[in-house]
Amino acid sequence: MSTLLDILLRLTLWILLAPLLPGIINQVKAWVAGRRGPPVLQLYYDLSRLWRKSVVMSTLASPGFVAGPAVAWVALVGAAILLPIGPFGGGLSFKGDVILLVYLLAVARFCTTWAAMETGSAFEGMGAAREVSYAVLTEAALITAILALSVESGSVALDRMLALSAGTGAVLLAAGLFAVLLAENCRVPFDDPNTHLELTMIHEVMVLDHSGPPLAVILHGAALKLLLFAVLLSEAVLPMGRMSPLAATAALVGAVGAVTIGVGLVESLLARFAFRRVPLLLTIAFLLCLFALLLAWKGGPA
Amino acid sequence: MNAHLLILLPFAGAIAAAVWPGDRTRPWLLPAVGLVHLVLSCWLLVDPPPVEPGAWFAYDDLARAVLPAVSLLFLACATYGISYLRIRAERPNRVFVAALLGVLGLLSAGHQSRHLGVLWITTEGVTLAAVPLLHFNNTPRAFEATWKYLLIGGSGIAFSLLGSFCLGYASIHGGGSGDLTFHALAAQGAGLSRPWVLIAWVLLLVGYGTKMGLAPMHTWKPDAYGEAPGIIGAMLAGGVTTVAFTAVLRVRAVVDAAGAGDVASRTLLGLGLFSMLVAALLLLATRDFKRMLAYSSVEHMGILVIGASFGAAGTGAALFHVWSNSLTKGALFLSAGNIRRAAGARTMDEVRGMTSITPQSAAIFVTGMFAVTACPPFGPFFSELRVLRAGLEAGHGAAVGLLLGGLLLVFFGLTRLVFAIVDGRPRVVSTASVKRYPETASVILPPLVLLALSLWLGLATPPVLQQAWSAAVQSLFPGS
Amino acid sequence: MNSTLNLLIGLAMGLNLLALGSSRLPSVIRAMAVQGVVLGMLPVVITREFHWPVALVALVTMGVKGFGIPALLRRAMRAANIEREIEPFIGFVPSLLLGAIGTIAAVAVAQRLPLLPEHAGTLLVPGALATIFTGFVLLVGRVKAISQVCGYLIMENGIYLFGMLLLHSTPLLVESGILLDLTVGVFVIGIIVDRIQRAFDSLDTRKLTVLRE
Repeated sequence: MSTLLDILLRLTLWILLAPLLPGIINQVKAWVAGRRGPPVLQLYYDLSRLWRKSVVMSTLASPGFVAGPAVAWVALVGAAILLPIGPFGGGLSFKGDVILLVYLLAVARFCTTWAAMETGSAFEGMGAAREVSYAVLTEAALITAILALSVESGSVALDRMLALSAGTGAVLLAAGLFAVLLAENCRVPFDDPNTHLELTMIHEVMVLDHSGPPLAVILHGAALKLLLFAVLLSEAVLPMGRMSPLAATAALVGAVGAVTIGVGLVESLLARFAFRRVPLLLTIAFLLCLFALLLAWKGGPA
Repeated sequence: MNAHLLILLPFAGAIAAAVWPGDRTRPWLLPAVGLVHLVLSCWLLVDPPPVEPGAWFAYDDLARAVLPAVSLLFLACATYGISYLRIRAERPNRVFVAALLGVLGLLSAGHQSRHLGVLWITTEGVTLAAVPLLHFNNTPRAFEATWKYLLIGGSGIAFSLLGSFCLGYASIHGGGSGDLTFHALAAQGAGLSRPWVLIAWVLLLVGYGTKMGLAPMHTWKPDAYGEAPGIIGAMLAGGVTTVAFTAVLRVRAVVDAAGAGDVASRTLLGLGLFSMLVAALLLLATRDFKRMLAYSSVEHMGILVIGASFGAAGTGAALFHVWSNSLTKGALFLSAGNIRRAAGARTMDEVRGMTSITPQSAAIFVTGMFAVTACPPFGPFFSELRVLRAGLEAGHGAAVGLLLGGLLLVFFGLTRLVFAIVDGRPRVVSTASVKRYPETASVILPPLVLLALSLWLGLATPPVLQQAWSAAVQSLFPGS
Repeated sequence: MNSTLNLLIGLAMGLNLLALGSSRLPSVIRAMAVQGVVLGMLPVVITREFHWPVALVALVTMGVKGFGIPALLRRAMRAANIEREIEPFIGFVPSLLLGAIGTIAAVAVAQRLPLLPEHAGTLLVPGALATIFTGFVLLVGRVKAISQVCGYLIMENGIYLFGMLLLHSTPLLVESGILLDLTVGVFVIGIIVDRIQRAFDSLDTRKLTVLRE
């Protein structure tokens, strides 16, 4: 019974906190640019507005058009439950849960692209193609990072892997994971979440034809994914297991806040990269994680 | 003191050339310095000075066995250079003369270096000092050649520096004090760390082999020799390659002392045969007679290292071959320069019938060609014969067979090209448009003298040279 | 002392990858310059105590590698009006991956080499090997003359790093001779680059194809 309650509590926490992050990012961007940005809670308003609207569906679309976002959202929520929160551990924890996490993220991506293709629009298909071609590289980096953590801790269970810091390669791993975070969440310099007109956008082009509750679900899922990666990055780098629960919670909140502000700063200070240079950046992220893995493996420079 | 004078004198000459006011009179510095240099080095050849074992520079046995040949070649080139620079009066020659004298000074220093680091510095210096000489013609082709020379030569230099460091580390790892003179390294002998010695040997062979122009590091050679003036080609082929060869010999002596002589011999033999073969095949393909000389130089570098791989007797033969190659190649380059200028072109498609345009140069060129392909009674015949004999005595029958086959191919390649150029009827275009090139004594005598010296070397090798070569071999192979 | 040393060398190895991955000439030159400064500090770090000659060599090295040569290259770049984007012969991603493989291989090889105990715990040898390899990739993988020069200089940085193994035994005279040769070499290269620019109206070495069999 208490397990169920625990999971419910986590669910509420994840779902409620997620839309806060894009709000903070926008606030940081507005602050750097010297504007008064949208309120921090803007995404909440948007979501509730979208939720009340009706759905416009292409005559060509199958039910997958609606099912895709729903499944993707469920997969992301599942991943969120697996991820331990600081001292409180994961909602469900078992040996090898990290592999399930990676697969849940992949399922979410698959469903988003599937829903994008449902409209039969070449434009959205193009976005889907870009999304998956980048995913090949980001997933390589992510899995390498996870391997590094796993080797460092000698475990394949998330709560033990994330309890310790990443050791000597922490800086490398942090940089690599941060790049993965930016790429996975379609932030600058990989993609610009604000554009709707450019032919070069990736994520936004996939959801152009969605409306109403499915769009709300997609937007919320995206926010959830951002929070998920921010937590993963913070826990991978911080030595959570060695702190008292209170300190660990504070550190986690602080780190997630720092990551969010970092994303906002990157977005304000960097321009979107030319399309053909994105693979280069992702390769760098992969290499960073790879060197972190090697450091973990050899126990520091021999 | 005289040994140091050999180095300092050309540098003084270079400085003098740099400040000398007149373009017309400046080239006379070249033969003046060359003459004193030759007299000094021959004097030291006859009356070798005592050598302090730990000295960084000394006129030791190896320098004595090789340096006079460079001196001779330089004097011939310098004499030729006066008339060459008069013909090319449109180009300022301040940098050219200064750099050429600088090359001579660095070559003297390089031959006399007995310290690993100093040897590297001097050979690198030669490479850099030769750069302004290579693009003297100031054509786009010359710059292309210079760029390739710099890039490939620079990488070679980098490898040899890395190899020098590795050899130094071998000494330290083996408990040495870090004294990097060849004397100290050889004295440490088996105390050197074997893996590091082997790494160093490979790197140094690649590095100095690039400078020698051994295949497959030879690719800068045809470009550089093809685009540079004839005297520079002669100095590169007879002088710069020689200093790299002595560097290889000095390093090899250390490797031998460390007990890895077999490995060294095997790699030298393989590299030499490969160079020989590559050069022979490219000689069958090339249509440009200045590039032909470059490939012929690759071939002779191959013969040198093959000789060095055949132990003490082979190394003695290789030292002999250094002399015969330098002198003969000098004659070929200088006469080829004459032909090139008279014909205004360099390929067998454009040049024909040079016997009627420049009869004397063509005669020297053909004779030189026979000399360099080891026809008796010129120097190369006897030196290559000695190499072959040393190979057979050392039990390398197959290698000797390959060497002979390579020589045959080279003979085909050279005769094909040379006779296409000298024979036949001159091209109407070339005789009509190009004014007759006067074959004055100043452009004919230097190659002729070099050729005569090569003949003399073959017919009557002076005993003092024989003695110098065996002394050098004795110092390189103290055990034998 | 070893941790400072390893930190500096690790930084130099990171700069290798940066040089391989950057598509703009100024950033390649900057990576090379920073690497030069980092390596210039090493002699002081290694000797621990303060010696005047060592400090002087370190200072001169930093000055030449970190400021002199880069300034020269930047001037050549401006004078020749080269487009800043480098067109690679080996693409950026492949060269980055090559560099990473090279770095890993360097670490693996260095572990098998017999080293003195005081060098075994340091990144000196792997760092040197990786840097030399990086320089080599740049040398053969780029088409612009100045990028090739950068490659050559990074290769030299690697060799310099290797030379640190011998710091205690090589007389400083030799070191300074080597440095001098390098400087002259770069000057000569700079002049030739200038001439090539004038003769070919470009620094694209792919145009240097007249001479071949």
